[in-house]
Amino acid sequence: MSPFLRVNDLKVHFPTDDGVVRAVDGLTFELEKGKTLGIVGESGSGKSVTSLAIMGLHRGSRAKLSGEVELDGQDLLKVSDEELRSLRGRKMAMIFQDPLSAMHPYYTIGQQLVEAIQVHEKVAKKAARTKVMDMLGRVGIPNPNKRIDQYPHEFSGGMRQRAMIAMALINDPELLIADEPTTALDVTVQAQILDLMRDLQDEFGSAIIMITHDLGVVAEIADDVLVMYGGKCIEYAEVDSAFHQPDHPYTWGLLTSMPRLDRLKQDRLLPIAGNPPSLINLPPGCAFHPRCAFRESSGVACDEIVPDLLESYPKHDSRCHIPVAKRADLFANVIAPRL
Amino acid sequence: MSLLTVTDLKKYFPTYTTKLVRSEGAPVKAVDGLSLSLEAGETLGLVGESGCGKSTAGRTILKLLEPTSGTIEFEGRDVTKAKGEELRKLRRELQMVFQDPYGSLNPRHPVGAIIAAPFEIQGVKPEGGVKKAVQELMERVGLNPEHYNRYPHEFSGGQRQRIGVARAVALKPKLVVCDEPVSALDVSIQAQVINLLEDIQKEQNLAYIFIAHDLSVVRHISDRVMVMYLGRTMEMSDRIGLYERPMHPYTQALMSAVPVPEPRRDRERILLTGDLPSPQNPPSGCVFRTRCPYAQERCAAEVPLPVELEPGHIVACHFPAIRNVI
Repeated sequence: MSPFLRVNDLKVHFPTDDGVVRAVDGLTFELEKGKTLGIVGESGSGKSVTSLAIMGLHRGSRAKLSGEVELDGQDLLKVSDEELRSLRGRKMAMIFQDPLSAMHPYYTIGQQLVEAIQVHEKVAKKAARTKVMDMLGRVGIPNPNKRIDQYPHEFSGGMRQRAMIAMALINDPELLIADEPTTALDVTVQAQILDLMRDLQDEFGSAIIMITHDLGVVAEIADDVLVMYGGKCIEYAEVDSAFHQPDHPYTWGLLTSMPRLDRLKQDRLLPIAGNPPSLINLPPGCAFHPRCAFRESSGVACDEIVPDLLESYPKHDSRCHIPVAKRADLFANVIAPRL
Repeated sequence: MSLLTVTDLKKYFPTYTTKLVRSEGAPVKAVDGLSLSLEAGETLGLVGESGCGKSTAGRTILKLLEPTSGTIEFEGRDVTKAKGEELRKLRRELQMVFQDPYGSLNPRHPVGAIIAAPFEIQGVKPEGGVKKAVQELMERVGLNPEHYNRYPHEFSGGQRQRIGVARAVALKPKLVVCDEPVSALDVSIQAQVINLLEDIQKEQNLAYIFIAHDLSVVRHISDRVMVMYLGRTMEMSDRIGLYERPMHPYTQALMSAVPVPEPRRDRERILLTGDLPSPQNPPSGCVFRTRCPYAQERCAAEVPLPVELEPGHIVACHFPAIRNVI
């Protein structure tokens, strides 16, 4: 049986006057129902472009898409606009980072959610309104009967994000894509939202793609982790394996540059040197090589040959020229003591 | 003598209602009775949720905002009422690094001019000329000194934050208020800027007030940490005391909410319900009681006073208790 969501060799390229921006360049992953995939990366790594590609939101833009995005056996890159529209909201839904710009300021929360139901179902307004009220209560908005008639600006940041989640969940989507849903929120609200997403997943069995730059959030919520750099997947593993045996120098860099709440690190953090690359002018060979502290240990010309995504351990792939045994050795002796 | 002593600082913002006649409403109590002291070379972390008054506190201490009441003493001098020439002289010693590396640099000025501005404004003539001093500063913060004539938009976010740091430390101030200096940066770049701030602190014996919402970053960089809620201090301690023996339920709730990069670790979590109350109309008694899982009757009736429960560990709570939440 094929997986619920299968993304195969997805490419999203934007032709511009200065050259082709390869925002996503050959991404492959799978996701089953009831599971959560965490996609991690810095700004410009292609993680949001990936989510927009799955939702079909690049249509009508200059983006050139190729590859396959198969949801429940249906290739989303080939379906008509009409079909896609009927899938959006019902089969798959998205939570955007900034709810204030993702919601219409002129309509009340209730009007916007009722519309989301009526697009997909023939229901009377009254019945839809009851359903909306119920959903607002479920995502933890107090006094839904009063809140339903308020406008987005009358909600606080956390409440607005909840309303956004309610809107995404109102038609029980089977795939939920959350693009940095908690980045703009305080930690206390973030914890509430993550708990809420977990509870709703238990209840509806949806598949979730969680896009974030916070490895802590990933550790907390994800089953699988995919790390992106320069438009490519550089590490793809189950969450335990990804955190206990991270296998790519970039992932190591992310972990060593992060201060931790649960322990005091040695006096200095170990940052990754340099800046994230520009997607229009990616370094040749391994895109990470100019910032990689360990490229001397590969024995291969990292600046010329692009490494392949290979299995290092069972269900743990990474894209690096350094031999697997050498990487395990580096992690155990150089990186782990600094975590 | 401490470098900085702040006593019972208050900053209220007036509000107005217009119903036929314009009249004054209840003020927003952004900072409501803040006391702290800071030694030379020390870092004090200021944490709390958005809207807790931590940025306003930082700005009021620097006199970018006029305090409503309370006193600010810098090196033993009362500077609460300083203005004009006196204030300008004071600014040589007190500087700020802003959160937004895009909004805090004038897009029409080349970087050289931005970093040279403190020298010009303060009439300081460094040895070897301003240009040389600026280029040394650029080199110090990890920028290429040859980029002297470039404009802010030609730099990345992390590099811009370095420009902000260079400008703040140009005149070797004694205190720098850093208002969320790394929260707009990518993880890998954050660490670069944190290391830079620490290195410069050691070289110049700088004191920092480090305002941030990220408790992990604050744990890393601070000597002491103050937790604020609705304009008031909930808990203050050195970092070991605060992170290993937190006693205020609010500190514990904040800490238990921070995700840790360690999968499948079961932690006890203190979940806060609801949102921050309005600082215009704070709850009676303890301002945290409406969201506190341990609140009792007494909390509504009586404002808890800050009490030193361990040496240097101050807690404002009627029912403090150490709970292990990390």
